[in-house]
Amino acid sequence: MSPRRSSAGGRVDRTRTIRFTFDGRSFTGHAGDTLASALLANGMTLFGRSFKYHRPRGVMTAGIDEPNALVTLLKGDIREPNIPVTEIEIYDGLNAVSQNRSPSLAFDVGAINQYAGKLISAGFYYKTFMGPVIGPLKGTRFWMFCERFIRRAAGLGHAGTTADTARYERMNAFCDVLVVGGGPAGLMAAKAAASDGARVIVADLEAAFGGTAKWSGDVIDGKPASEWAAELADELAGMENVRLLPRTTVWGYYDGNTLAALERVSDHKANPESGEPRHRHWTIRAKTVVLATGGFERPLIFPGNDIPGVMLAGAVERFAGEYGVLPGERIALFTNNDSAYAAAANLKRAGAMVVAIIDVRPEISAAARELASKAGAEVRLGQAVVAAEGGKALTGVKVRNFEAATGMISGDPASLAVDCLAVSGGWSPAVHLASQAGGKPEWDEALQAFLPPKPTQKWIGAGAFTGAATTASAIADGQRAGLKAAGILAQGKEKLPSVSEPALDPSPAPVLEVRAHGKAFVDFQHDVTADDVRLAHQEGFISVEHLKRYTTLGMATDQGKTSNVPGLAIMADARGLSIPQVGTTRFRPPFSAVSLGSVAGERVGHIRPDRLTPMHDWHVEQGARMYAAGLWYRPMIYGAPGETVEQAYVREAKAVRESVGIVDVSTLGKIAVQGPDAAEFLDRVYTNLFSTLPVGKARYGLMLREDGLAMDDGTTWRLGENDFLMTTTTANAGKVMQHLEYFLDVVWPELKVHVTSVSDQWAGAAVAGPKSRDVLAACVTGTKVDNETLPFMGIVHGEIDGVPVMICRLSFSGEMAFEVYCGAGYGLQVWEALIEAGKPFNIVPYGLEALGTLRIEKGHVTGAEIDGRTTARDLHLGWLLSKKKPFIGSAMMDREGFVAPTRLQLVGLVSLDGRPLTGGAHIVENGSAEQLGQSIGHITATCYSPALGKYIGLALVRDGKSRHGKRAVISDPLRDRFGPVEIVNHIFFDPDGSRMHG
Amino acid sequence: MLITCPYCGPRDLSEYTYQGDANRVRPDPASTDQAAWNDYVYDRINTAGEHREFWQHSGGCRAHLLVTRNTLTHAISFVGFAREHGEPKHLERRKGGKA
Repeated sequence: MSPRRSSAGGRVDRTRTIRFTFDGRSFTGHAGDTLASALLANGMTLFGRSFKYHRPRGVMTAGIDEPNALVTLLKGDIREPNIPVTEIEIYDGLNAVSQNRSPSLAFDVGAINQYAGKLISAGFYYKTFMGPVIGPLKGTRFWMFCERFIRRAAGLGHAGTTADTARYERMNAFCDVLVVGGGPAGLMAAKAAASDGARVIVADLEAAFGGTAKWSGDVIDGKPASEWAAELADELAGMENVRLLPRTTVWGYYDGNTLAALERVSDHKANPESGEPRHRHWTIRAKTVVLATGGFERPLIFPGNDIPGVMLAGAVERFAGEYGVLPGERIALFTNNDSAYAAAANLKRAGAMVVAIIDVRPEISAAARELASKAGAEVRLGQAVVAAEGGKALTGVKVRNFEAATGMISGDPASLAVDCLAVSGGWSPAVHLASQAGGKPEWDEALQAFLPPKPTQKWIGAGAFTGAATTASAIADGQRAGLKAAGILAQGKEKLPSVSEPALDPSPAPVLEVRAHGKAFVDFQHDVTADDVRLAHQEGFISVEHLKRYTTLGMATDQGKTSNVPGLAIMADARGLSIPQVGTTRFRPPFSAVSLGSVAGERVGHIRPDRLTPMHDWHVEQGARMYAAGLWYRPMIYGAPGETVEQAYVREAKAVRESVGIVDVSTLGKIAVQGPDAAEFLDRVYTNLFSTLPVGKARYGLMLREDGLAMDDGTTWRLGENDFLMTTTTANAGKVMQHLEYFLDVVWPELKVHVTSVSDQWAGAAVAGPKSRDVLAACVTGTKVDNETLPFMGIVHGEIDGVPVMICRLSFSGEMAFEVYCGAGYGLQVWEALIEAGKPFNIVPYGLEALGTLRIEKGHVTGAEIDGRTTARDLHLGWLLSKKKPFIGSAMMDREGFVAPTRLQLVGLVSLDGRPLTGGAHIVENGSAEQLGQSIGHITATCYSPALGKYIGLALVRDGKSRHGKRAVISDPLRDRFGPVEIVNHIFFDPDGSRMHG
Repeated sequence: MLITCPYCGPRDLSEYTYQGDANRVRPDPASTDQAAWNDYVYDRINTAGEHREFWQHSGGCRAHLLVTRNTLTHAISFVGFAREHGEPKHLERRKGGKA
């Protein structure tokens, strides 16, 4: 047993010894210890080095508000930085290292920074490194030189570089009442709310429920408070309608009473159970929330208030009461309020030597006096600590007379030899979640604290969160809140536990700073001093928001839990205003650090669904290289061994032009448009007429957006009088569907039309090439496929291999071609039958690359050209713009800018140097230096054309039509591709379409 | 944010797609009044407060809903089918994008 550990008392199990490592040294602690309590029990005082000045720092708090004692945890190859030691439960084999020190914690060369303090005060970066270069040591270029050194010197822990192998998961929960905080108020609220069957969730960020009851020394219902709380938590755990979530931080309060929480499921275990995640993210929707989040104690600001050994009074009390650890052998307290007296009495009872209580107030309550005498402490009223002394550990404090009303210091200093100074600057309710929910915290003069705002969402406050100062009032408050949250009418005779606790004065003196010579810290984690706050004021950064950004006050990982109110108090004093006049910043999620892994949960790696066509496996078996097109996978090429991509697509495209090819078009968007007004609807949606389309025919159509720009194209087939099948491009299927639904629901609800997405219901294959009709004739039964029965754009129904199919004669390749559709379940069967029937004609399956080549040769547009900036006329689709009717986009498509001759228009390009063109390359008029930056357009698609025997491309070029036959230069500096091209008509091959009509 | 679809019940925001301001009037399709079309296509009031807007329950029944949402608090005061309530009335609307 270490000398700092009491022989009895507290929650730790002294019979169980746990071994762990800190900075390579082995230590022991007990089950129930945090890393903070275990190291303190071992006599450690130095835990870390500060952010900017590298000052030695100890542990200051006992909870989530800890600004100083942050460490990096090592688990195998994985390192997790910046964890407060107060939040780490020790386990066998725990390995922690200190941060921001070099070469070691005890000897840190960076500590030289504290002697340069005047040079690196608030605003140092802005003053030194911004603006033009004036002299050698100023300006942005100087920053670029210094950055490397500064980044190494300033800061916290370093993140690891290995992948996180831990498992995380996400949960959704719904409840009637969510209780945030499992202290006396929260536990009472949960019990009251659950008494009538309401579904209750209670979350507490610590391992054990009970809050202050775990260490306060109060007596509740004749039992020590810790026992009472443990029993109540057990009782709640046994109720079917209550779920207890320990180690769970509720970190976000969002709209609609949706709260986010992080449960640290197995961080406290050496080896997680099988299947147990490390963290679990909770999304909790609660009908009502009870906020019982307690409060944070505030430090007092005086020179040396960051020396290891200066701690918050409530934290010292807690280490003694909950863990049986005395952080010092000779302890003094320094306070502006009564709560430190209760701490003193409890410390004495735990075996500490309490040397003195220094109080800025001239008078104190009788109850406080009684506690002081119980503690056996000398009471020094109207005095203040003007300096804490020591280096890596506190050796003593200097005390002088202090006038609370004016801040005047007088008299000779008295020196007290102490190794621990417990300070209390009063308490601030933890209003973070209430502030996140909306609403501004309100200043309470008596309590010298921001109290929760009026609820803007459904929450009820309870306990210290509302400013309640005693356990008895917290318990009563909790019960009331719980009943109200569950909608239970209070009878006024609900049983309340009896509490025995001292009757203290809840009002602190309005003093948070003792102004004397030396560095006095406000924000410990970011090394912001009281003088930095005054400097910000002097330089005009007087609004709270400016103060925060200029000094970085409250912007560290602890988000100002201890520094917020003292910082405001100093600014208020400098401006001669009151704290509420200066205002406060709004709290935003997260309340405390959240692991990114928990937010991602199981959504790691490839998380999108794969859309596969019915013929997918066949493509893969045939050696197709698959290409992700949105969520779909489509064959890019069916490469033969040793073939390059270009050789493969050229072979495939050639086969289509010379004989016959087949391509899987199942991915096309397909929408059934049905109803008595279907034709009228299509007339409004497409730029061209569909009401004149006979049954059994298809027509190519173009859609515009409301602003007059092109949106999507495709063919629509009239299967019956009131029954159309619309096809869209693969990429726009969802967008077009939503577009149609919007117009039917919002703009034209009077139209009797129903649209249904049938993309997944139909499988499709396009058979293209001079021999395509022969292939169909060899396998289709039930219909003829000759020119008379199945003319261009005609539709017939028949069977292939006994499967009903629908065949439309249309062409994307420019060859005679047929699209064969069947039920998706029969897709592979029909595909294989077509392949079989095509064998005598050497049918070749072709992929996207060949498809693209064939369409470029024909000058057909796709999404690369319909890019949201082009009009129908830009794409030479002006012939589709009906003058007989209005349609979506018709009113806006003729605007001046849309018909200007300088617009980018679709043209063809032929490479003149025999080298491939690059997609996305710019086009300039000639190769001169001044022209190279003067783009007249860009390339949208490129290929090697087997029909022309040249590298060609499509491009959008300014005033492109008038440039046919002219030369230009492509300019692609990123890929170092420059070269001459000829601008030509966008249709390279068979411009009169004789091949597809033939 | 929860939106209560009149057909499916209360559902999470992630099931919905925002489909735009419901305070705009589509001019007569044959109209060539460019000012009216410009208002409809481009101008939005950007209200701080109660705002009529369309949401599609795209991850559910796919109906378009007319929703009145407070842009300051996300409180939803009305939800109805756009087919029944979509007729935009926006006489309070002023030019220049100010509410």
